[in-house]
Amino acid sequence: MAVPPDAPPMPAAAPRGLLERWADSDVWHSFTQSWLTMAAAAVTALLVIGAALAPLVAPHDPFDLASLSVLDSEVPPAWEKDGQARFLLGTDNQGRDMLSAILYGMRISLFVGVCSVLLALALGTALGLVSGYVGGALDAFIMRVADVQLSFPAILIALLIDGVVRGLLGQEHGARTAMLVLVASIGLSFWVQYARTVRGMTLVERNKEYVQAARIIGLPPILIMVRHVLPNVVGPVLVIATINLAIAVITEATLSFLGVGMPPTEPSLGTLINNGYRFLFSGSWWMTIFPGAALALLVLAVNLLGDWLRDALNPKLR
Amino acid sequence: MAGGAPLLEVRDLRVEFPTRRGTLVAVDGVSLSIAPGEVLGVVGESGAGKSLTGAAVIGLIEPPGRIAGGQVLLAGRRIDDLPAEAMRRVRGKEIGAIFQDPLTSLDPLFTVGDQIVETIRTHLPVGDAEARRMAVDWLKAVGIPSPEARAAQYPHHFSGGMRQRVVIALALCANPKLVIADEPTTALDVSIQAQIIALLKRICREHGTAVMLVTHDMGVIAETADRVAVMYAGRIAEIGPVADVIKRPRHPYTVGLMGAIPSSTRRLERLTQIDGAMPRLNAIPPGCAFAPRCPEAVERCRRDRPGPAEIARLDGVPHAAACWVHAPPAGAAA
Amino acid sequence: MTPPLVEATGLARWFDVTPSLWARLAGEHRLLKAVDGVDFAIRRGETFALVGESGCGKSTVARLAVGLYAPTKGSIHFDGQDLSLLKDRRRSRALRRRLQMIFQDPYASLNPRWRVADIVAEPIRAHGLLAGRRAIADRVGELLTQVGLAASDGARFPHEFSGGQRQRISIARALAGAPEFLVCDEPTSALDVSVQAQILNLMKDLQRSLGLTYLFISHNLAVVFHMADRVGVMYLGRLVEVADVDRLFRAPLHPYTRLLLDTIPDLSMSGKPRGPVAGEVPSPIAPPPGCAFHPRCPLAQDRCRREAPLARPRADGGGTVACHAVEEGRA
Repeated sequence: MAVPPDAPPMPAAAPRGLLERWADSDVWHSFTQSWLTMAAAAVTALLVIGAALAPLVAPHDPFDLASLSVLDSEVPPAWEKDGQARFLLGTDNQGRDMLSAILYGMRISLFVGVCSVLLALALGTALGLVSGYVGGALDAFIMRVADVQLSFPAILIALLIDGVVRGLLGQEHGARTAMLVLVASIGLSFWVQYARTVRGMTLVERNKEYVQAARIIGLPPILIMVRHVLPNVVGPVLVIATINLAIAVITEATLSFLGVGMPPTEPSLGTLINNGYRFLFSGSWWMTIFPGAALALLVLAVNLLGDWLRDALNPKLR
Repeated sequence: MAGGAPLLEVRDLRVEFPTRRGTLVAVDGVSLSIAPGEVLGVVGESGAGKSLTGAAVIGLIEPPGRIAGGQVLLAGRRIDDLPAEAMRRVRGKEIGAIFQDPLTSLDPLFTVGDQIVETIRTHLPVGDAEARRMAVDWLKAVGIPSPEARAAQYPHHFSGGMRQRVVIALALCANPKLVIADEPTTALDVSIQAQIIALLKRICREHGTAVMLVTHDMGVIAETADRVAVMYAGRIAEIGPVADVIKRPRHPYTVGLMGAIPSSTRRLERLTQIDGAMPRLNAIPPGCAFAPRCPEAVERCRRDRPGPAEIARLDGVPHAAACWVHAPPAGAAA
Repeated sequence: MTPPLVEATGLARWFDVTPSLWARLAGEHRLLKAVDGVDFAIRRGETFALVGESGCGKSTVARLAVGLYAPTKGSIHFDGQDLSLLKDRRRSRALRRRLQMIFQDPYASLNPRWRVADIVAEPIRAHGLLAGRRAIADRVGELLTQVGLAASDGARFPHEFSGGQRQRISIARALAGAPEFLVCDEPTSALDVSVQAQILNLMKDLQRSLGLTYLFISHNLAVVFHMADRVGVMYLGRLVEVADVDRLFRAPLHPYTRLLLDTIPDLSMSGKPRGPVAGEVPSPIAPPPGCAFHPRCPLAQDRCRREAPLARPRADGGGTVACHAVEEGRA
């Protein structure tokens, strides 16, 4: 506790702009107090920007089949013997530049990760909000479904959804469909956590007097949920989303590694690891180690950010 | 009460909370003393520093808060600088504590009897059977019906009022010389409040225990305390015999506070209103902390901080206030 | 005599507190009768106070009076209209605007994510009382000034204000729809006494200038004495005594009313000891049979343990009292 228990509230200073309030906020302050968090943020930013701007920053276009040459296959990293300066992190068995493939792969991984987290967040928050606010039989139904889903590992659910969708669509489908399937299967396997958290907080907020005040005014339930309850439950949801992003990226990589994710023609990090791992023992270690390291770095950095955000937003730890 | 060595003496106590927006001075230059067997009320509004003064005496200021100055003496011995282990022995044995919420003062996993036995055996040289007998006696003394059976029950079996009785037994069972009671009746219903106050008063008189009664409720003070200290913004505004302070308050803050309490016998159209709010602890004005809200403030009040000055004596007990207008220090031109 | 503005008849609200699903399926029900058959009437422009200890049902009555709960039995009428009408959102718009509530906890009653101006403007927007940003902003500024804040305070967030200031914001929001009837549920019990004085003074001023009718809920008898014109004393879901404030405080009839009055701290230091009453409030889930107060009552007899007393007019004509002992002339 930073303030004595019976201290009057903090200053009622002049109204300020959003930026100014943010710069003076405890969250920002705790950010500047931790070098680990700042480093994690820097790494995350670097990776995300690199991935987002892959077509601009990557030295080669790994999808441009015309530029690939079998003669360039399995070139080791530039600093190794036989390495070439053109291929900083070496090439794969088809002669693709690893650095470019990783940047493009991370782009896909992050895209799938972010989209599936958004899907899970939207679905889980909506269900949790309705469940907590309306209560009764609807609440019981939603939460029992959540319980059942929670008794299976998320990866199993994702595999199941993936299998069902592929079965429905048939085996023939492009990279775009694969991406949508991934987003759907990961998103649908992660909504429970959001729903439970949001429901729990909604149960608390629903009984607070500001919600009762809105009910007395006569606002319809949907507006009370969206305008009043939702803004007060999003904090923890954002924390879960950050930590979940790391898990979603790993899940995507796992699915792709298992061969049910992105096809080798448009590889994500998981596909790259899967592709390279067959060459691990023939000496071409870079084909799997570098994508693996990129994945680990991304997940670690995002997780550190998530941990910090959780602590910074938790009033008990502040 | 007057004369004789005080049991507790607090000298120029200062409690600070460092924050990144500046240091909050929550208790500032508080001096008070409690004679053996005396009940001193400490009254004030939220943020006045009354609870922290009590917490400082029993060494329970939570970090990052700290005692930044002054001394706390118990029977002539300094206790504010004791190491944590030694302070733990002082708590319970020499100073008992009663807090607002009886539920958090009791361990839900142990029976009420076991908790009292543990406290007795920690602090007194008695065997288990003897301690158990004493525990039942204590439960009986605090008015718990069928104490033998109740001793074997857990805190959640007790109602709020009964729990607070158990807490009182727990605070007193090691025969401390002083009890710090912080808002002991605030969480209770009005009819239970009266019971608990009567109990606390009776049992402390019987055992000759001195009490520092911290509360926001002037009514509780009026019925229980011998002397009262009125705190404002971390400082003592007025201190003296309770009857004199209530009937003839001198400090304008005390005057306003007394006028703000609605009466159940005499109806006024409007209550006395002190405009404004207590200053924030990181922005206490220079001079008298009450000056910005004070209807009688003069130039000096805004410049110099007044110290406590005696204004009256009732049966030899001094009544002092920190006010340039109503309690000019002796020797100074009034 | 003009008809009362608010009238409760046989008002009851029970809560199902059956502990487990199995018990529920087996058809066992445990009912908490928070309010169990309460009659009262509030005249236009007066302050009617409900007083009692925790668990007596006074806050439930407050919520029934603004339609947050629907009555299990009985009814509550506002200006002749049944409040069960409030369930129909469209038809009850005009009615809703006329009643408002002020809450106990100034920290929970304002949405922490909203600016004060939006909080105060919410009833105006919801009821479509004013059109146009400018007009609403002007009205909000006017309301904030009316409760003793500055119009510029609207741009701030609730956490920037102290408890007393927040309660002023709450009052400003309650006044925004220009209501006639305000339900005040322990509006000052979370505040310091000097702040309480400010809020009570403000509420009295507003009542006078706007002609408001208050249902004032409190456990603090001195505050009730200061604010109320008439007082109802509640015990375990029932009204045990209703009377004009002076009659109730000077000549209480019901033993529970007397008990409550005995517990008021004596600030005049007359040396009169507070009568510490034996016993505690029993659980409302399993209230004692007959008169619920009989286990604590010094006048209890066999009849009190068997038969619940009905509210009968006080002998002096200034209210009602529900007590066998009073009826039999034993009190």
